[in-house]
Amino acid sequence: MSEPKIDGFELKPGFKGMASDTASDQTMFKGVHWGKAMMWIFLLSDTFVFSCFLISYMKGRGSTPVEWPNPSEVFALEAFGVPVPLLLIALMTFVLITSSGTMAIAVKYGYEKNRKMCGWLLLATALGGLTFVGMQAYEWSKLIHEGVRPWENPFGAAQFGSFFFMITGFHGFHVSIGVIFLFIYTYKVFAGHYEKGKKGWFTKLKGDYVEIEILGLYWHFVDLVWVFIFAFFYLW
Amino acid sequence: MSDEYDNNKSYQAQSSEVMDGSTGSVNPDIDYVRPSEVGEQELYHPHSFIEKWVFCQDAKVIGVQYFLTAVFTGVVGLILSWLMRLQLGFPELAGFMTAEHYYQFVTMHGMIMVVYFLTALFLGGFGNYLIPLMVGARDMVFPYVNMLSFWMFFVAVAVLMASFFVPGGPTGAGWTLYPPQTILEGTPGSGMGILLMLISLSLFVIGFTMGGLNYMITILQARTRGMTLMRMPLTVWGIFTATVLAMLAFPALLVSAIMMTLDKVLQTSFFMPTILKAGEVLEYGGGSPILFQHLFWFFGHPEVYIVALPAFGIVSDLISVHARKNIFGYRMMVWAIVGIGALSFFVWAHHMYVSGMNPWFGFFFATTTLIIAVPTAMKVYNWILTLWRGNIRINVVMLWCLGFIVTFVNGGITGIFLGNVSVDVPLSDTYFVIAHFHMVMGIAPLMVIMGAVYHWFPLVAGKMLDEGLGKWHFWITFLGAYSIYFPMHYLGFIGVPRRYFEMYDSPYMTSAVGMNEFISIAAFIVGAAQFILIFNIIKTLKTGKKAEQNPWKANSLEWYTSTVPPEHGNFGDRLPVVHRWPYDFSVPGAKEDYIPQTTAPSEVIHTEVEKT
Repeated sequence: MSEPKIDGFELKPGFKGMASDTASDQTMFKGVHWGKAMMWIFLLSDTFVFSCFLISYMKGRGSTPVEWPNPSEVFALEAFGVPVPLLLIALMTFVLITSSGTMAIAVKYGYEKNRKMCGWLLLATALGGLTFVGMQAYEWSKLIHEGVRPWENPFGAAQFGSFFFMITGFHGFHVSIGVIFLFIYTYKVFAGHYEKGKKGWFTKLKGDYVEIEILGLYWHFVDLVWVFIFAFFYLW
Repeated sequence: MSDEYDNNKSYQAQSSEVMDGSTGSVNPDIDYVRPSEVGEQELYHPHSFIEKWVFCQDAKVIGVQYFLTAVFTGVVGLILSWLMRLQLGFPELAGFMTAEHYYQFVTMHGMIMVVYFLTALFLGGFGNYLIPLMVGARDMVFPYVNMLSFWMFFVAVAVLMASFFVPGGPTGAGWTLYPPQTILEGTPGSGMGILLMLISLSLFVIGFTMGGLNYMITILQARTRGMTLMRMPLTVWGIFTATVLAMLAFPALLVSAIMMTLDKVLQTSFFMPTILKAGEVLEYGGGSPILFQHLFWFFGHPEVYIVALPAFGIVSDLISVHARKNIFGYRMMVWAIVGIGALSFFVWAHHMYVSGMNPWFGFFFATTTLIIAVPTAMKVYNWILTLWRGNIRINVVMLWCLGFIVTFVNGGITGIFLGNVSVDVPLSDTYFVIAHFHMVMGIAPLMVIMGAVYHWFPLVAGKMLDEGLGKWHFWITFLGAYSIYFPMHYLGFIGVPRRYFEMYDSPYMTSAVGMNEFISIAAFIVGAAQFILIFNIIKTLKTGKKAEQNPWKANSLEWYTSTVPPEHGNFGDRLPVVHRWPYDFSVPGAKEDYIPQTTAPSEVIHTEVEKT
């Protein structure tokens, strides 16, 4: 993205620029769309939600009197007769991170007003997200099959199942919401709503390709959170 | 949609007017304000009664909706407090009340007053109404989301109220909802009651997040030309900082609510240790009840400042306007608000001195707690210095402000007692604590709310509230509140514990009985006095005298709208341009004793205005 140009205001680099932007009138984040600023602040708040979950998990794992299950055994997947630790999770992570890549390219094509490419890449992102949720559903059902429940499990501390289902479930909920919006925006882009200036279904206001970037921010955030969940649940 | 405020037209009109000085400016250079960065906001104007008054996207209507809903919950909370006081003062008259009822009333009173009344009233009510007007915006930046925010809050209140009517009644675990008792059988409302409470809190957090994003982005990104952050009224600063706190503190409440819901519904043991009940081991085990306390108070302490900071901001503006003097140390006031907000995230465990945590923790949190007294004291000094040699008008608004300062200092000083571990331990869970937090975050912010209602009612309704009734309202409330809470400090010192249904045959009884009767009578009178305000509002709406525009001669933008009360879009076809802070009162050399924010420097060239 090119630097925004603002009438009668000199954008300076570094901390000086930050100070002069803050001290100026009208906007604090110069040239930043309202919706984009909103999404950043929402994500900050959501970061606190996930931090609370993960810190609770650490506390819960640290204070349980029964031993914690060994993740590389619990999450192993049988491949060609050999149990491979973390195979499914590695695949899930790969799919989700890849979908972040397609999302980023979709944003680029959106700003270039390349409707077709933007739409296809959004669709690819949505399908990636859907695959992730599908694989997570498979993992859940496998664990449930093995007797893991939110309130008990055969491998060790009961809190293992509680935290696992709660946190991956909450993250999966975020991914699902993202997938729904990705499909909606795929439709909007292919139908050319932004070019035609069609008004939103609920807000009754006109949209813009910046919405794709806002959705992208959310999607990258969901990926980033997954990296932390991955590290804390599967590698610890 | 935006046909009335055509984007390019008004933008050019404004900038060319500044350039050639066609408004009659003597010196156009010193009046220069940068042109608009963002185009006119696209607004959706309502087309039907439902869109205009029910599912309305206008922040002003949403503000009033928030206000009325919050006041409704506040009246419920007030009635619950009456029932509690009836039991404590005159148990023989409260034969219908069982211990379970009493715990339920305590719990619901606390939760309603802190979350659904004060938070919603300050941020949802005053925030929605005042932010766009004070920063010179047409509306909140996301009006649709703002509308959803209110209706989410409405549903949260409905769910909360529904818990009164479910089997087992509302939860009676105390507003802190400490596990494990909260969800165990034997605690009143441990079935449906606690479940509805947790759902309601989650809905409240979701609804508030939608509103909070609006408040923050409106303030950061939608100010009018010339409105810098350091020219904003302190009201906006207070609400802004409180919103930031809420956005970062409510996640902890949401997470603890989710985890406790799972403990309740799915029998997980996040917060539940191994429990023996009547010789039988329960299904639970291995969880940490202290974890809940940490999560709850990580929300709970910033929550205190979510209520207090808007009150600080509003009272600063009211004092400045009604003392006809600029606020003393504006920048210091802003930094104090921000500093208190930041510190409030590092003090939460001072609510947990007796929870059995590591004593070094207590030492750390006592230190941070006492540091908060520094910016807070700065604010109090600045209010007093604003009054000093001011042209004070002793009207109802000013009375409430003075009442606030006194009450806040009172409650703040007992806070210093309780912040120290060694003093807190013997006073924990006594009436001293009740007296402290009711003074500092109950009565004090309430006084600001009352002052703000008398101050801004002419703007909202276009009519002046009756001063005589207002004075009755103030004096009964002020003297009555002290009659209620001063004796409670003494009760606390002699060791009367809080949340007790009755004192049985304990030795406290003999010395506390007369005092409890006195407190209860005062509570009935103070509670009843609040209906004077409701009567005053109804009477004023019917027969009150019409308010002129800007009756208090204030400077901030909300009084300079195109119509009073302001219509959708707030400022007619041209947004105001701001040249100064809102505190230019009694400026030497000026014709009037106030200079509105929109007055260009060239119009007041021979006056000694502050450089802002």
